[in-house]
Amino acid sequence: MMTDALPTVLEAPPRAPLVEVIELSRAFGDVVALDRVSLTIAENEFFALLGPSGCGKTTLLRSIAGFEQPDHGRILLGGDDLLTRPPNRRPVNLMFQSYALFPHMTVAKNVAYGLERERLPKREVTERVQGVLEIVGLTALAKRRPNQLSGGQRQRVALARAIVKRPRLLLLDEPLSALDRKVRAEMQLELKRLQHEVGITFVVVTHDQEEAMSLADRIAVMANGRVQQVAPPVELYQRPANLFVADFVGTSNIVTGHVVDQMFVSKPLGPLPVAVPPGTAAGAAHLVVRPENVRIILPGDSSAGVVDGVVADAQFHGGVWTLAVDVGGFDRPFLVTVPGLAPASRGDRVRLGWDSAALVQDELV
Amino acid sequence: MSAEVTPVRGGRSRRLGRFIEPLVLLTPGFAFYAVLVAAPVLLVSSYAFATRGRFGGVEWTWDLSNFERALEPIYLEVLRSSVVLAGIATLVALLLGYPTAYAITKLPPRWRTVALVLVVVPFWTNFLIRMYAWIVLLNTQGVLNDALVATGLVEDRVSMLYTPAAVVVGFVYAYLPLMILPLYASLEKIDSELLEASANLGASRIRTLWSVMVPLTLPGIITGSILVFVPSLGNFVVPELLGGGKTVMVGNLIRDQFLKAQDWPFGSVLAMVVVVALVVLFTAQAWVTRRVEGEPRHG
Repeated sequence: MMTDALPTVLEAPPRAPLVEVIELSRAFGDVVALDRVSLTIAENEFFALLGPSGCGKTTLLRSIAGFEQPDHGRILLGGDDLLTRPPNRRPVNLMFQSYALFPHMTVAKNVAYGLERERLPKREVTERVQGVLEIVGLTALAKRRPNQLSGGQRQRVALARAIVKRPRLLLLDEPLSALDRKVRAEMQLELKRLQHEVGITFVVVTHDQEEAMSLADRIAVMANGRVQQVAPPVELYQRPANLFVADFVGTSNIVTGHVVDQMFVSKPLGPLPVAVPPGTAAGAAHLVVRPENVRIILPGDSSAGVVDGVVADAQFHGGVWTLAVDVGGFDRPFLVTVPGLAPASRGDRVRLGWDSAALVQDELV
Repeated sequence: MSAEVTPVRGGRSRRLGRFIEPLVLLTPGFAFYAVLVAAPVLLVSSYAFATRGRFGGVEWTWDLSNFERALEPIYLEVLRSSVVLAGIATLVALLLGYPTAYAITKLPPRWRTVALVLVVVPFWTNFLIRMYAWIVLLNTQGVLNDALVATGLVEDRVSMLYTPAAVVVGFVYAYLPLMILPLYASLEKIDSELLEASANLGASRIRTLWSVMVPLTLPGIITGSILVFVPSLGNFVVPELLGGGKTVMVGNLIRDQFLKAQDWPFGSVLAMVVVVALVVLFTAQAWVTRRVEGEPRHG
C-alpha cells in the first residue's frame, strides 16, 4: 500500500486478516450489485464500506451475514468458508438499519435472545445481558418495550443485542442514519469507544462520508458494484485513486487536462503545478485540489499565482470563509476555504495558487 | 396567547365537527345493530327466565329451572362434543391456514392478489351446494373411495360420510378462508428484517417461527380461530348433512328446542351459553391484540 509514503498516516501494526472477500459477484437480473469485489479486513479493524446508494455496499454486507447468496466468489472468516454456513451459524452479528428490535419483547429480552439460542445457563445470560446494558447505558430501561424508547435508545439496544454475542465480526448497516444530528455525533464517539472496549472487528456500511471518515481505520469506497479504493481516511482524502473518489470524498476543485512530458496541462490555463509521479503515462488526467489547499494571492503580494479569477461569492461558516472564485474557461467556480478574516470580498480580482494537489487519471474502476 | 390564537383557525366549529362527524358515520350502523341484533338477542335472552308455553312461545312466569336443565349430563355432553369438534376444526384450519397465508405473503405482489381472490372464491357458491358436494366426495360410493380403491390404498370402501370426522372436514372447508385472511393480514405486517435478525442472532427457522412469528401474529391467529370456531360451534347444517344427524351439536340442539320441541325458554338458555362463551373469547382476543401491538409510541 502507499500508506508508508504519507507521513500524516500513523503506521498501524500489521494485523492478521479476519475477513477475506474474494472475487465476489452478485447480479439481480440485469443489475450488477457486486462485480468481482475483493477485500481484506483485519482483526480488530474498524472498516467502512462507503458509497452512494446502489453501489453494492449493502449487498456485500448482506452476503457476509448470509442473507444474500452471491453468484460467484468466496468469503472467508478466519480462513473458514462462510458461504457454506446458514445465517444462524455464522459468528457474525448484524445491526440492522431499522434496528429490527423484536417489538413483543422487553429490552432485556431482546438482548438475551441471541444468548438463549446458544443454550447458555440462565445465570450467565442474565449476567451478560446486564453487563452489556451497562456498557450502552440502558440498565434503567431493561424492562421497557422498544416502542417506549427514543431513536437513540433503540439504536443502543440494537447495538447491545449484537455485541452481547461477542461475535468475531460485527456488521453495522447505516447505524446512525435514523438519528438526528446531535445524537448522531454522540453515538459516533460512543461507537468508536465501544469498538476499542470490546475489541470486535466492526464493518460499517454508510453513505455518509463524514461518518466513515470519523469512525473507520480504513474505508473502501464503492461505486457500480466495484471497489474504487481502499485506504485510511487521510490517504483517501489526500490521494484519491480516481476521479470518482476525488469527487465523492470531500469537496474538490477538479481541473481536467492532459499529462504531457511529466507535466499536467489544462487547455485554458496551461501547465499547472502538481507532482506527477515518475512513470505516469501521457494522456487524459484530472487535477484535484482541496479548497483548504488553495491560497489567495492578493494584488501586491509577490508570490507567484497560478490562476486568475473574480470572487463571485463569499460565505462565512463560523471561523472559516468559503470563497467561490470564477475562473475563465471553467463552468464551476473554484472553491477556496480560508480561516480567519475574509481576505477578499465579492467582485475582487484574485490570483489563486496551491502547494498541494493530487493527480488522477482514471475516472472509475 | 396561544388560547387566543386557536379560535382564529376556527377552533370551536372544528371541535364540534370532530364530534358530529363520527356520530353521523356511526348512527346507521349502530341503529342497524340496535334494532336487528341487540333487540332480538335481548328478547330471546329474556325467554330464558320464562316458562314454556304449551304450543310454543313463552309464558311470563319467573323460572330458573331451564338453567338447571342445561347442566344435566346429556346437555353438557353435547356442549362438550360441540366444543371439541369446533376446536379440532379450528386447529386443523390453523395448521392448514398458517403455511398458506405465509406462502401468499411470499408471492410477488401481483400474484398475492390472485391468491387472495382464489381463497375467497368458494364463497361465491351457495353453502348448501358446497356441502352436498362433500357428500358426493365422501360417500362410500363416492369419488374419494373410488380413487382409494383404484389406487389399491384400501381394499374395502371406507365409510367416511356421517362421521364426526366428516363434520370436521365440512367445518374446515367452509371456514378456512376466514382463517387465512386474518392470518395473512397479520403475517404481511411482519417486517422481514425481524426474521433476519432472529436468524442473525442464531435462531433456527423453527425457533424463529415460535419466538418471533407466532407471537407477532397472535392477533391474527386468535381472530382467525374465533372466525372458524364461532360459526362451527353454532352450526347445525354441517352436522346434519355430513354427520348424518348422528352428531348432535349445540346448534342442532338450539334449533330443535325452538322448532321441534317448542321449548323456547330452554333453547334460549342454550343460546345464551354460546353467546357468553363468545363474549369471553372476543374479550380475550381484544386483550391479546392490545398486548402484542403495544401502547402507542412516544418520542
